[in-house]
This record gives sequence, structure tokens and C-alpha cells, in this order.
Amino acid sequence: MKAEGKQAIWKEYQKEIADDKYFYVRSCVRQNFFPGSETTFLRILREELGKDIYEHACHTTCTGIGYHGDIVPVDTMMTVVARQFAMMTEAGYENLVPSCITSFGIYTEVMDTWHHFPETEQKVRDYLWKATGREFQIPKNLAHASDIVFKFRKEIAAKAKYQLINKETGKPLKVVEHIGCHYAKMFPDKGIGGAEYPYVLTGMIEEWGGEVIDYPERRHCCGFGFRQYLVQANRGYSMSCSHKKFESMKPYQPDLILTNCPGCPMFLDKWQYAIAELEGKTYGANGQGIPVFTYEELAGLMLGYNPWDLGLQMHQVSCEPLMDKIGIEYNSETKYHDKNGNSLGVPEKPTVLKVSL
Amino acid sequence: MKNFGFSLSKDRQIDFDKSDKRIMDFVKIEEPTFNICIACGTCTATCSAGNFTEMNLRKMITLIKRGEITGVRAELSKCMLCGKCSLACPRGVNTRNVIFKINQALEKYSL
Amino acid sequence: MNRKRVIVIGGGIAGMESAANLASMGYDVTLFEKSQELGGHLLGWEKLFPTMRMGKDVVKFLDKGVHLAKVNIVKNSNITNASKNGNLFTVSCGDGAKYESEALVLATGYDIFDAKRKEEYGYGIYDNVITSAELEEIFLSGKPLLTTKGEIPKRVGIVHCVGSRDEKVGNVYCSKVCCVTAVKQSIEIKEKIPDSNVFCFYMDLRMFGMHFETLYKQAQEKHAVNFIRGRLSEACENMDGSLLVKVEDTLAGKPLRMSVDILVLMVGMVPSEGTKKIGTMLGMNFGANGFLKSQDQHTMTSISNIPGAFFAGCCGSPRTINNVFADARSAAMMTASYLEAYDIEERITYI
Repeated sequence: MKAEGKQAIWKEYQKEIADDKYFYVRSCVRQNFFPGSETTFLRILREELGKDIYEHACHTTCTGIGYHGDIVPVDTMMTVVARQFAMMTEAGYENLVPSCITSFGIYTEVMDTWHHFPETEQKVRDYLWKATGREFQIPKNLAHASDIVFKFRKEIAAKAKYQLINKETGKPLKVVEHIGCHYAKMFPDKGIGGAEYPYVLTGMIEEWGGEVIDYPERRHCCGFGFRQYLVQANRGYSMSCSHKKFESMKPYQPDLILTNCPGCPMFLDKWQYAIAELEGKTYGANGQGIPVFTYEELAGLMLGYNPWDLGLQMHQVSCEPLMDKIGIEYNSETKYHDKNGNSLGVPEKPTVLKVSL
Repeated sequence: MKNFGFSLSKDRQIDFDKSDKRIMDFVKIEEPTFNICIACGTCTATCSAGNFTEMNLRKMITLIKRGEITGVRAELSKCMLCGKCSLACPRGVNTRNVIFKINQALEKYSL
Repeated sequence: MNRKRVIVIGGGIAGMESAANLASMGYDVTLFEKSQELGGHLLGWEKLFPTMRMGKDVVKFLDKGVHLAKVNIVKNSNITNASKNGNLFTVSCGDGAKYESEALVLATGYDIFDAKRKEEYGYGIYDNVITSAELEEIFLSGKPLLTTKGEIPKRVGIVHCVGSRDEKVGNVYCSKVCCVTAVKQSIEIKEKIPDSNVFCFYMDLRMFGMHFETLYKQAQEKHAVNFIRGRLSEACENMDGSLLVKVEDTLAGKPLRMSVDILVLMVGMVPSEGTKKIGTMLGMNFGANGFLKSQDQHTMTSISNIPGAFFAGCCGSPRTINNVFADARSAAMMTASYLEAYDIEERITYI
């Protein structure tokens, strides 16, 4: 593989990312899936980078899940999006930063639609006015939260306590990067590096000392697919997508998987348990899985944050072997304790997948 | 093993690197006109069996060439060997002999 | 005798043949070629479809025509301006030289589609993805076809329609020559490496030329070349440097993947930079696909919107060599008619 070929493509897909003063919109599902990620993002931006990032208590879902699941009509979706814009405008912000990839896709799609069909924008303005009496400005800058971390990857590296380096061998860790489909597949020029060779996570991995693996099924979807996962009978199809990826990446012996979407880390993490139970197959070393991280969790780890504050105890595949590889300090005793030191209970051990409890 | 109420789906993708090309390799040598099929479907349009069953010689030839051979025996058993496909073929594929050779390969490899 | 002058721009097949024809009719013809050698893209071609005769034989034929008819040749020309003032065309070169003529033929040809634009096929990124033009260079050099690791390929994949019939890259037209080039190159690969397997991934096989279908059948019958109907969605690199290609076998009705050791992209034709540059200088009309536009698709081929300016070959549309010859001679004929005061549109001669 020729690195310069990818670099040439990355040069073509640059994108403007605002420097400060962000209006942050959370994901519907991430706080359940990976509860420390969004908090960590805010902490890094405020405490490490000194940025102004604001979130509104009345912000709601973008309806992306319902929209992609065929239960929310497009007009409703656009009106809800308009309401988020109105809250941003009222709060005095112009730079919208969604936490969710599908929200990012939704906002991009809506802004693109309005750009091409101004009459649709006017119609939605009327809907919002009639329903709520609100008005709004379209964001001046739209960037996904991973774009922001990408933008400040060097600043984070400068403050980092750890690197993506195996402390025994001194070699870079091998990292699989997995990009959420709605990040750039619909609008390639809105993603850093485009859709075929996205650079957003690769840039972080390289900056933080790791080495990116490009394996044949890299571009394949994790299989979340909203309806596919939500209906139990369809979950096999969802799991099969992740399975295809694991089979393809296994020979490269990746140390970890890095993701930038709410659904992908959930499924790439949890399906490793399900596949182990159903097929008896595991993808990491010694019967363990391949640990899966969000970019906020990984940034937090590099910065030396307590892994249990990052929410790593909620992962199905244990993160301890990876932390040991890097040399990250952690206290196993407090893994399943809440903030006040009370025990949360210890999860049941899987029958096949080897985990650290 | 647990039961979650779902399981891995069968992969529909033909994995050409792993598929079984024994029938193809046999027929290619025994009846070389097998190679010149252009998958136009004239054989299937005229096929006596194909009008009343799922038998589709055009598709079967394509699938054998890709190494997808599950169900070939059952499909082929519907052929009445009337020879109309050979008559109709615009490319000169000896389809009747192709069918004989596929049958021979099925026997040879106990497929 | 004060001979009428014609400027021909572009020293490929179209330019050489129209120049030779016009000069042999007695006109004072000057042929401009931007490189140091006449022959154009043909110089990079070893054997020609469908007969497998050598490309250099055709170059020799063209050279003979140009030299015997005493065409003035300006090589390494760097044309900085081309315009029509009154009834005279003026062409200025970078070295300060100026040329005038009563008529002009543009034969600035095509450029090869930049395969990097089909990002999903990984040209310029994956080691063993090459273009049909590069494969031809390998054939021409006499070197063996090897993977970047120096191994003889066991499987070669050939992708049709790269940069053609593709709205995503903005080229909706068929480049005409790629299907049969794929068949020709498959046969050549099989002749050089008989143990290899060659797979052509196509949408339609456009075997429109008189002997193209015969060549296609020969590829199947004699060389067991495999044809799979379906367009690649992507190519990825396997650990060993081979390529994993994904395609739907549309005749089997199933998605298919396979590894190939070398992937050859059949790159199409795009309007050349020279065509765009000089056509624009002269004020010539361009069609929707960016090639030069004739005054009428059926009856006014080779005739531009500028009286006295004509065009020949692939600056007008993708063409095969025999089509370019016919077109070049037609452009020469139209140029001569113009110089002899025949009004092609009104179909009368002014005396």
C-alpha cells in the first residue's frame, strides 16, 4: 500500500472546522451505550483546550433513528432539526457540533436539502413558527465531535500521558479505525479524508502513536442499521455484518478498534460476546476480544484519565489487557464502583469470551 | 451455547476464492463450448423443463462457473434431454453435452 | 504558385493523416506536435485490436504519408495563442514564431481518464492496481507482467468502464475502445502466462466493430478468459498485496468477491487538455461531454462553428483507429472543399 496515495486523497477532502464557541448536541443512545464518552469530550474541550462549548437542556433527539426506521416523516424530522437550530441561535452560537454520526448525517442532509430547495426551508420555517413561535439561523459551521477532536489531536498529544505504543516492544499498536456510515458515505466532501479513505480517526491514531490497519472489509457497515437491530428476528443480519468485519481483520491481529459513531462501538463490542456464545469464536488473543473504543474514551485514556470515569467498565470486551500493553495505571478494585464508592454489582461472566472482572 | 432467538445469517456473497470449481473444471475440458456461453438465455427461454419448473440452464452454467454447485443435481434432474436448447443456442454451445458432462462430474465427485 | 496554407494541430493519427491528405492535394500544410515525436497515443500501444498487428506499423504508414507529401512539421511546439482574424488563422508559439493559414484542423486528441478519481478502486494506493495504458507499456517494453513482489500473477482482474458511463465522475459516455481493449489484453495476458486466469468485469460488452465479436469469442474459446457481468463496487488490498474485488455477478444474481493478483483498470478517454486549451482560444463550441461539437451530428461531422476550422479524431469523441483514419480523411476533404469555395451546408460552389 502506498501511503502517499492516501495522503493525496486526504489533501483533497479538507473541511473547515470552527475553532471555538460550539453548540453541542448529544446523541440519544450514547449515554446508555458508552456513558463516559460525551462527558469526556466536554471535559477535554473545557479543561484541556479551554474552549467554550455549550449544551441546552431542552435539546431533543434529531429523530434520525425514527427517520431511518421509516416511522418519522421527513417534514417532522426537518422541523425538529429546525428547533435545535433555534435553540442554538437563541443561545448565541453558530457552530453546531453533534455527538452522533447519524445526527451529523441528518443535519448535513437537511442543510444540503435547504441549499438546493429554498422553498423547503421556508416551509419548515413556517412549521416551526406555527408550532413553537421560534426562529433560527442555519449553523455557520457544522462539524462532528470527532472532527473537533481531530482538529485538536496535536494539542491532545502534547498533553498526553500515554501513547498508543506497546511498552514491552516499543512498537506502535495496531489499530482498526471504523467510521460510521453516515459520516461521509452520503456526503463524501463533508468528511475529513472523504468516504473511501477517511482520515478523521486515522489522523488521531497516527498522532497518538498508533499504526492504522487497512483490512479488506474496512468499509463495511457495522450492521447496526436501526430497523435491523431493533427487531429481534433481524439481529442475525446485524451481527453478520460485524462478523464479516471481524473475520477480515483478525489476521492483522489488531490491538484495538476505534470508532466515531454511537452504534458501531456498541455492536462491534457486544457482538463479540454474542458471536463467542453462538459460534464459539473469539477475535483477540487468548480467547479475549478486540477492545473497542470511542475516540473520546481513547483521548481520555491518552490524557491519563481514570478509565472508570471514562466508562470502560461498561465495555463487553475488557480493556485491561490493552491498558496493560500501554502501561496505563488503573485500579481493578474500583472498576464496578459508582462515584460514591458504592458497589454497582459485578456482571455475569460469559461462557466463551474471556473477560477481566 | 446460548439461544438469543437469532443467529448468524448465511452469507449470500459468492466467495470465489473458496467455492467448488470441480464441475466447471471437468466440463471445460470435456465440452469446451461450455466456455463460449454468453448467458443470453435462449436455452432457458425454450427449455421444456424451464417453462414448468425452476430449472434455468443459463443460470446453472453461470453458477457452476462461479463454483456455486449446491442444488445442481436436483435442478438438472428436471431436464428432459429434448435438445431444444442446443438447437436454439446462437453461439454454438453444445448444451445437451454440457448437461451430460455436468451429470458425469456430479457422479465422479459424488456431489 | 501561391499555395493556400493549412495549419494542423496535433501529431497523432488524426493530425498526421489529415495533414498528409491535405499536403498531397497540394496545400501548404504545417503540422504542430507538442512532444518531440509524431504518433500520439499510438506510440504507447504494442498490438492493435482486432488484428493484433503492431502499432508501430501504423505509425510507419502515417510517417510515410506525412514525409512524402512534404508536410512542414513543428515539433515541441508550445502554442500560446490561436485565433482567427478576418479570413486568416494565426498560431503563435512559445518561441515567438507566428504562423498563418487560410484553414485549420484541430486534432488534439484525448487524455486518458485519471484512474485516481475512482477512489474506490485504489489506483495510486494499492500496489497491484494498474491501468490498461500501463499494461500496454509493459507489453511494449517486452518486460514480463509481474506483481510488485515480482511474482507471476495467477489471477488477473480487468475492470471495464473505468471513467466511462459513470455519472459519479461526470463522464456519461462510452469510450468505445475499452471493451475490445480488455478482450485484446486478456488474450495477450493468457498468451504470455497460459496458467493464469483472467476475469473481465463488465456492464455490457460493446463489441461493435466488424471483427470484435470474433476476438471476444476467441478469448473465450481459445484462452478461457472469464467474463463476469457486474461492475466493481470497490477493491481492497489483502494482506499479501493481492486485491479483493467486490462485484455483483448480475447473471447469477448474487454478490461475489474474489482475490486477484493484479487488477487492470480499463481507463476511458476524456477531452484532452490541449483540446480544451486550443478549442477555447479559437472559440470553438464544446458538446455536453466536453469534446468538440460539430455543426450537425449526422451531416456536419468534422465541421466546427468557426468557418475554416475543422476537427478530426478523438478531440471530437472517443474513436477507434479505423474511425480516426476515416474521420481524418473526412476532415481533410472538408478543409479542401472550404478552400475551394464549396459551401457544404448550401451544397453549392461559389465561383
